[in-house]
Amino acid sequence: MILFWLLIFPAIGGGLAWIAGGRNPDAPRWVSIAVLTLELLMALPLIGAAAAPGHGAWIAQLDAPWIPQLGISFELDLDGLSLVLILLTIVLSLICVVISWTEITDRSGLFHANLLWTTTGVIGVFLALDLFLFFFFWELMLVPMYFMIALWGHENRSYAAIKFFLFTQGSGLLMLVSILVLVFSHQHATGDLTFNYFALLGTKMSPTTGFLLMLGFFIAFAVKLPAVPFHTWLPDAHTEAPTAGSVLLAGILLKTGAYGLIRFVVPLFPAAAHAFAPVAMVLAVAGILYGALLAYGQNDLKRLVAYSSISHMGFVLLGVFAWSTLALQGVVAQMVAHGISTGALFVLVGALQERIHTRDMRRMGGLWGQVPRLSACGMFFAVASLGLPGLGNFIGEFLILLGSFRASVVFTVIATFGLVAAAAYSLLLVQRAFHGAVQEPTHHHTIADLSPPHLAVMAVLVVAIVGLGLYPQPVFDEVAPGLSAVQHSAAVSASLPQHVAERAP
Amino acid sequence: MTAPAMTAPAFAAFAPFTLLGAVTILVMLLIAIRRDHHLVALSTIAGLLLCCIALPLAAPASPVAVTKLFIIDGAALFYAGLVLVSALVVAVLSWIYLDRVGEGPREEYYLLLLTATLGAAILPASVHFASFFLGIETLGISLLGLIAYAGPRGAGAEAGTKYLILSGAASAFLLFGMALIYAAFGSMSFDRIGALAHQAGPADLYRLVGIALILAGVAFKLSLVPFHMWTPDVYEGAPAPVTAFIAVVSKIAVFAVILRFFALAGGHADASLRAGIAAVAILSMLAGNLLALLQTNVKRLLAYSSIAHLGYLLVAFLAAPALGVDAAAYYLAAYAVTSLGAFGIIALLSAPGAERDADRIEDYRGLFRTRPFLAASFAFMLLSLAGMPPTMGFIAKFYLVVAGVGSAMFWLVAALVLGSVIGLFYYLRVLIAMGLPPLQEDDPARRLRVPISGSALIGIITVVLVVLGTYPAPVISLIKVMLG
Repeated sequence: MILFWLLIFPAIGGGLAWIAGGRNPDAPRWVSIAVLTLELLMALPLIGAAAAPGHGAWIAQLDAPWIPQLGISFELDLDGLSLVLILLTIVLSLICVVISWTEITDRSGLFHANLLWTTTGVIGVFLALDLFLFFFFWELMLVPMYFMIALWGHENRSYAAIKFFLFTQGSGLLMLVSILVLVFSHQHATGDLTFNYFALLGTKMSPTTGFLLMLGFFIAFAVKLPAVPFHTWLPDAHTEAPTAGSVLLAGILLKTGAYGLIRFVVPLFPAAAHAFAPVAMVLAVAGILYGALLAYGQNDLKRLVAYSSISHMGFVLLGVFAWSTLALQGVVAQMVAHGISTGALFVLVGALQERIHTRDMRRMGGLWGQVPRLSACGMFFAVASLGLPGLGNFIGEFLILLGSFRASVVFTVIATFGLVAAAAYSLLLVQRAFHGAVQEPTHHHTIADLSPPHLAVMAVLVVAIVGLGLYPQPVFDEVAPGLSAVQHSAAVSASLPQHVAERAP
Repeated sequence: MTAPAMTAPAFAAFAPFTLLGAVTILVMLLIAIRRDHHLVALSTIAGLLLCCIALPLAAPASPVAVTKLFIIDGAALFYAGLVLVSALVVAVLSWIYLDRVGEGPREEYYLLLLTATLGAAILPASVHFASFFLGIETLGISLLGLIAYAGPRGAGAEAGTKYLILSGAASAFLLFGMALIYAAFGSMSFDRIGALAHQAGPADLYRLVGIALILAGVAFKLSLVPFHMWTPDVYEGAPAPVTAFIAVVSKIAVFAVILRFFALAGGHADASLRAGIAAVAILSMLAGNLLALLQTNVKRLLAYSSIAHLGYLLVAFLAAPALGVDAAAYYLAAYAVTSLGAFGIIALLSAPGAERDADRIEDYRGLFRTRPFLAASFAFMLLSLAGMPPTMGFIAKFYLVVAGVGSAMFWLVAALVLGSVIGLFYYLRVLIAMGLPPLQEDDPARRLRVPISGSALIGIITVVLVVLGTYPAPVISLIKVMLG
C-alpha cells in the first residue's frame, strides 16, 4: 500500500495547493512543502530495506485489478533503481518549491498544483509495471509540465510548450502501438490478454516484429532522453520554462527516458536491442559531441546548460546500450549527478535572471565581485558538470566509459572527447559570466547575492554531489539488485549468456 | 424473428420509447394551455428524466422484437440510454441558454427537442428500413427547426437552410440505396438482407451499390469527409445547446443504427466496401484535423475536430466485431460526455441576444483568471478530445488503438496517430488562450451570470469524465454485459 500512498499523495496535495491558492498566495508553497516532506519521510525508510524473500529485487509491490476486461491491472513495483530515482524526484521537487518562492507570484496555487501533479506522473512512471499503467503516467506527466511552460514560461513559451508536447506525445503514441502489438503477440502465443510487464518478458515474436516494436519504444524514450536527432524540443523547452520547470525537466523528466530504456527496451527486446546497439551507440556519441559543440556556441546561459544536458544524456545512452554492470552503474550515477548538477545550474541561472533580467552572457561578466556566493556556486557546478574527479558526474562518466570500453573501443574513445569539450564549454561559462570586465546592466546598481533559502538549496546539492563523488557505493548497493534483475531477465528472455551486448562491435 | 403482434414483453421493453412519445404530446398540450418557459422546460427535463429511469426497467424484458421494425436488445438500450441522457443534458443547457433571451416564444423549442430525441432514440433499435428512415427523418426535420431557432440572429436561418438542402440530398441517397436493396431482395428488414447477401448474381451487385449509397447518406449525417461541408457552418450558426445536440445525440443515434445495419446486412464481408470506408476514415481524420488548424472560432474548430473524431470511430466500425463493438460503444460514451461538456461551457458563456455565441478563441483569453472553475473544466474537455489522461478520451482512444491493432489495420492506426498529433496543435491553442491575460478587461460577456445549475451540470460532467477516465472498468463491464 505504501506505493499507492507515494503515488496518490502529491496528486491530492496538488488539489489542496490549488484550493489553498485561492485564500493566500503563500499557502500553496507551504502545502507543497508539507506534502513533499511527508512523501520524503515515507520514501526514506525504504532505503536499504531488503527485498522480501522470493520477490527478487522488489522492495515493495502492489497489484490491484484496474480494467480486468482488457487484462490491465494497477501494478506498482519498487526496486532500488526506482527508489533512487523517486528520491531524486522528491528532493528536486522540494527544491523547486523553494526556488519558486519569489519567482512565481502569479497564480501560485495552480503553479504548485502543476508541480505536484508532474511529480505524481513521474513517480508513477518509475513505479508502474503494467504497460498500460506506465503509458498512462507517461502521458499524464506531460500535461502539467506543459502548463508550467505555457503559463509561467518566458518570452517564447507557447512555441516551446507546444513543441515539447508534440514531440513527446507523438512518440508516446508510437510506443502505445508497440505496446499493443506486443500484447497481442503475447495473446496470440499464449491466449492470455495481459499488459503485465513480467508476463510480457520473453514474448516470442519474429525478429522483424521484435525490432520494429523495440524501435517504437526506443523512439519514445530517445525523444525524452533526448538523443540526437530527437533533441530539438529540449533547448526550447528548457530555455522558455520557468526555473522550476527547467529543473524538473532536466532533473527528472529526462531520466524517465533513461529509465524506460533500462526497464523496458532491453529486457523486453534483448535480441533487437543487441542488434540495434551499434546504431544507438552512434546516436549516443553523436549526441555527446553535438551537444557539447552547440553548448560551446551559445550566448544564452540557459541554452548552454540545455545543450550540455544533451551531451550528458548521450553518455547515458552509451552506457545503457553497452549493457554491462559497470556501465549500468555508471548510468545510474550519471543520472543522479546530472539531475543534481544541471538542476543546480538552472537554479543559478534562474536566480541570475531574476536579478539582472537577462540570460545573455554577452551582457554579463565580472559578477564574481558583486555576487560572490552565487558565482562560487556557479563555478562549483560548472566544474562538476565538466566531470572533475571527486564529484558525482566524474563517477558516472568514468564508469560509463569503462563499461563501454569492452563493448566498443571506437565509440568509447570518441565519446571521451566529449569530456574535453565539456571542459571547454563549462570553463567558458565561468569565464564569460563570472570573470572578466563588469558589463553595463550590472554597472550602476548593486545586485543581491543568493538569499538564505537559495543558499540552503545550494548547500544540499553541493553535499549531495560531493557525497556521490567521494563515496558512491551506497547508491550502487541500492540499485545493484534491481540492475542485476533487469540484466538477468534480458539474458533469460534472449536465452543468451549475460552481458550479451558486450560482444557488440 | 417474426413478431407480428405486440406481446406483453414487447410492450414492457418498448415502454421508454412510448413514454417519450407521450411526454412529447403532453408538452405540446401544455404549450397550448399555458405559455411559460420555465414550466415547459422543467416538464421536458422531468419527462426525459422519467424516460432515462424507465430504460433500466425495460432491460429485463430484452432482447425482444417489437413488430418487424424494432428490436429492443442490449445495444438498443445502451445507445438509447446515451441518447436520452445526452438529450437531458442538452435540455438543461437549453433552459439556461433560452432563459437569457428574456422575451419571445421559446416553448416550441422544447417540443422540437423532444421529437428530435424521439427520432434519435428509436434509431439504435431499428432493424428495418422503414423505422431507419422514419427515425432519421424525424431527427433531421426536428433538427432543422432547432438550428434555425436562434432568436434575433440571422446566422441560424442561414445554417438551417444549408442543413435543409444538404440533408434533403442525403435523404435522397439513403432512399435510393434502400430502394435498390428492396428491388434486389424484396425485403427491407436488415437480417433478411444479410441472409440473402453474398449469393452470386446481379442482386448482390444491387445490394453492394445500395449499401454504398446508404453509407453515403449516413456519412452526411455523421459529417464524414467528403460529406462534411455543412458541419462547420451549421455548428457555428446554431445556438450552442443545439450544436451540442447535433454533435452528440444525432451522431450517436445514426452511428448505432449504421453499426447494426452494416453487421446484420453482411457488409463486413465486402472487401470493396471496407476499403471505401477505410478511405473515408483516413480522409476524415486527416482533413478534419488539418482544417481545424486553420480555425479561429471554437465552434468551427470543434466541428472539424468532430469530423476527425468520427473518422477515428470508423476504426472501431471496421475492426473485428469482438473488439470493435466495445471500442465503439466506449468511444461514443466518451465522445458524448466530452462534447456535452465542451459545448455546454460554450453555451454557459454565451448570451443568446448577442451577435454570436462566445465562440472566438479570443473570447477564452483569461478564462483561467475570470472563471477558474469553467476554465479548468474546459481544459479537461479539451484534454479528453486530445486523448490525454486522466480523462475518458484517453481510454477511448486507447480502446480504438486496441481495436485497430488487434484487427491488424495498421494504416488506419497510423492515420489515427498522425491525426491525434495534428489535433494536439489546435486543442493546445485554446488551452493556451485560456491561460493568457484577457484582451480587454471590461468585456460585457464577463459580466454574464452563470447560474448555479449550469456550474453544477458542468461539474458533474467533469467529474464523470475524470472518474470514468481513471477507473473505466464499470463502464466497460456495462458495455460487455449490454453488447457482449
